[in-house]
Amino acid sequence: MKVLVPVKRVIDYNVKVRVKADQSGVDLANVKMSMNPFDEIAVEQAIRLKEAGQAEEIIVVSIGVTKSQETLRNALAMGADRAILVEATDNVENDIEPLAVAKILKAIIDEEQPGLVLVGKQAIDNDMNATGQMLSALMGWPQATFASKVEIEGDKAKVTREVDGGLQVISVNMPCVMTVDLRLNEPRYASLPNIMKAKKKPMETKTPADYGVDVSPRLTIEKVEEPPARKAGVIVGSVEELVEKLKTEAGVL
Amino acid sequence: MAVLLLAEHDNTSLNDATAKTVTAAQAMGGDIHILCAGSDCGGVAEQAAKLDGVTKVLCAKDDAYGHDMAEPLAALIVGLAGDYDHIVAPATTNGKNIMPRVAALLDAMVISDISAVHGPDTFERPIYAGNAMATVKSSDAKKVITVRGASFDAAGEGGSASVEDVAAAANPGLSEWVEDKVVESDRPELTSAKRIISGGRGMGSKENFEIIEKVADKLGAAVGASRAAVDSGYAPNDYQVGQTGKVVAPELYIAVGISGAIQHLAGMKDSKVIVAINKDEEAPIFQVADYGLVADLFDALPKLEAAL
Ligand SMILES: Cc1cc2nc3c(=O)[nH]c(=O)nc-3n(C[C@H](O)[C@H](O)[C@H](O)COP(=O)(O)OP(=O)(O)OC[C@H]3O[C@@H](n4cnc5c(N)ncnc54)[C@H](O)[C@@H]3O)c2cc1C
Ligand SMILES: Cc1cc2nc3c(=O)[nH]c(=O)nc-3n(C[C@H](O)[C@H](O)[C@H](O)COP(=O)(O)OP(=O)(O)OC[C@H]3O[C@@H](n4cnc5c(N)ncnc54)[C@H](O)[C@@H]3O)c2cc1C
Repeated sequence: MKVLVPVKRVIDYNVKVRVKADQSGVDLANVKMSMNPFDEIAVEQAIRLKEAGQAEEIIVVSIGVTKSQETLRNALAMGADRAILVEATDNVENDIEPLAVAKILKAIIDEEQPGLVLVGKQAIDNDMNATGQMLSALMGWPQATFASKVEIEGDKAKVTREVDGGLQVISVNMPCVMTVDLRLNEPRYASLPNIMKAKKKPMETKTPADYGVDVSPRLTIEKVEEPPARKAGVIVGSVEELVEKLKTEAGVL
Repeated sequence: MAVLLLAEHDNTSLNDATAKTVTAAQAMGGDIHILCAGSDCGGVAEQAAKLDGVTKVLCAKDDAYGHDMAEPLAALIVGLAGDYDHIVAPATTNGKNIMPRVAALLDAMVISDISAVHGPDTFERPIYAGNAMATVKSSDAKKVITVRGASFDAAGEGGSASVEDVAAAANPGLSEWVEDKVVESDRPELTSAKRIISGGRGMGSKENFEIIEKVADKLGAAVGASRAAVDSGYAPNDYQVGQTGKVVAPELYIAVGISGAIQHLAGMKDSKVIVAINKDEEAPIFQVADYGLVADLFDALPKLEAAL
């Protein structure tokens, strides 16, 4: 089976984001961008399925600016086989909404016929946690979200999900969409030889129009603000002083 | 105008997140109808009918809804959606699982994890791990929304809405529940607890993590953890507080052996009083703490337990 993995280029998780003074968004000029960490986990899972003989080909897709090529090359260097870049905008600040991303991915699935789609649970920039669920709805497929363990057995997959109360095990029909959670695996680093090899792996470039998808947003950003800052507290000298202050000053004990 | 609100429950009791979501729904305008879907969930429907501001409770009893599977629940909600302008759910793992599916089936863009309502179509939501707050306006005919519980107070319980049975929708039959692995605990639930004590990598081991639990029991607190503590196996996954775990806002949050990475702060920085215990005085957690104690946790925690 083919495995499709959508990978998003996002602000690196170590970067401290700054809200722009005109409140139009977050400053993305000259900041370090990386593959969404959850998507690294999804790529890793696809590679492990291939290594276990359960997948033949791994196709990675990114939807965004031309520079998303770097994210795709990174996935190819990890071990994906080929890439599709959908150039949807020329401005890094125009993010594409999960519904539009899901519609483009649906068109790609109709062409490529993968047996499994592995998506990150959430993108760490907009934190929507939506794309995988929306895609499985559009496909009429089952969804296995927040996966921390995946076992594929014939035409079914048994998936352990991280939920509020602990873990839930479900069985879904294949093909399906899985969204991956933090503890599914630890992604590998790309080795230098693999980074070199990745440069020769195929990468197609498309546009949303090629798939007949309108990416205009349904949500307009009215403004983006700094969250209220907490005021600095005090350093206490001992456990006794701490307990005393929590009782008398803060009134929480 | 009316709001359809998906109740969060375990087939016997209504989760507190539902009452908080009712408060958010009140600001959207219109009647509020709660949907209780589950197996034998009549008792839950009665509890939901008591929430202030609720005009009707729809009760869909079917075993297909007993384990919160997204496909049958989304089919049910989409079947009922015709009468509503807003379809909302708490931003629990269930809400996050089900609502984007509902939205896509209605060709709407889901609005995840809102922290304020500015009008029927305008909402505030945290982005970039809570380092920015976006105000977004939806142009969709039906707004499909999940609500961050930590940002809203629970609605009161003086109501007496009518309860109506609704028929189950056809089950798409795409998935099956196998089992839940839930650890029963007498401690309060993280997202509704008034006090929380969380441990990080500094705890060093699963055994040491028990020191946190002892203090928690003295405080009547829930226990949380950083991702590092969960990844290292010191604490179960459902303890994780943060951008990609649970978002909490208790009256008291005590962070022990947690450095204060932005992803952790995203989940707890709206707590009323924050206490940090860390041996590194430079740890970023001290920048958000109301009370900081620079100390070795293995020395401080037993003293704290004794002092309470
Ligand atoms: C400052 C700001 C400005 C904005 N401006 C606009 C705008 O002008 N136009 C607009 O349409 N929206 C805009 N948005 C809206 C915002 O971009 C969407 O709400 C956003 O994309 C949310 O989705 P997510 O990336 O968090 O998706 P999630 O659903 O959290 O992503 C989950 C997974 O889906 C996959 N995925 C998601 N996106 C992609 C992708 N592009 N390529 C490949 N895989 C992907 C990945 O596997 C990812 O892990 C803006 C948002 C902000 C904060
Ligand atoms: C995609 C993504 C999502 C993430 N989501 C989350 C999330 O939801 N929640 C989350 O928490 N993290 C999340 N993280 C991880 C986050 O970036 C940090 O790595 C994590 O929070 C660190 O955990 P920690 O503070 O326990 O560990 P560390 O950063 O290692 O800090 C340990 C602290 O313990 C102190 N310490 C050690 N020994 C002692 C002692 N004896 N006495 C007192 N203090 C001691 C040290 O001084 C140090 O400050 C995420 C990361 C990524 C990339």
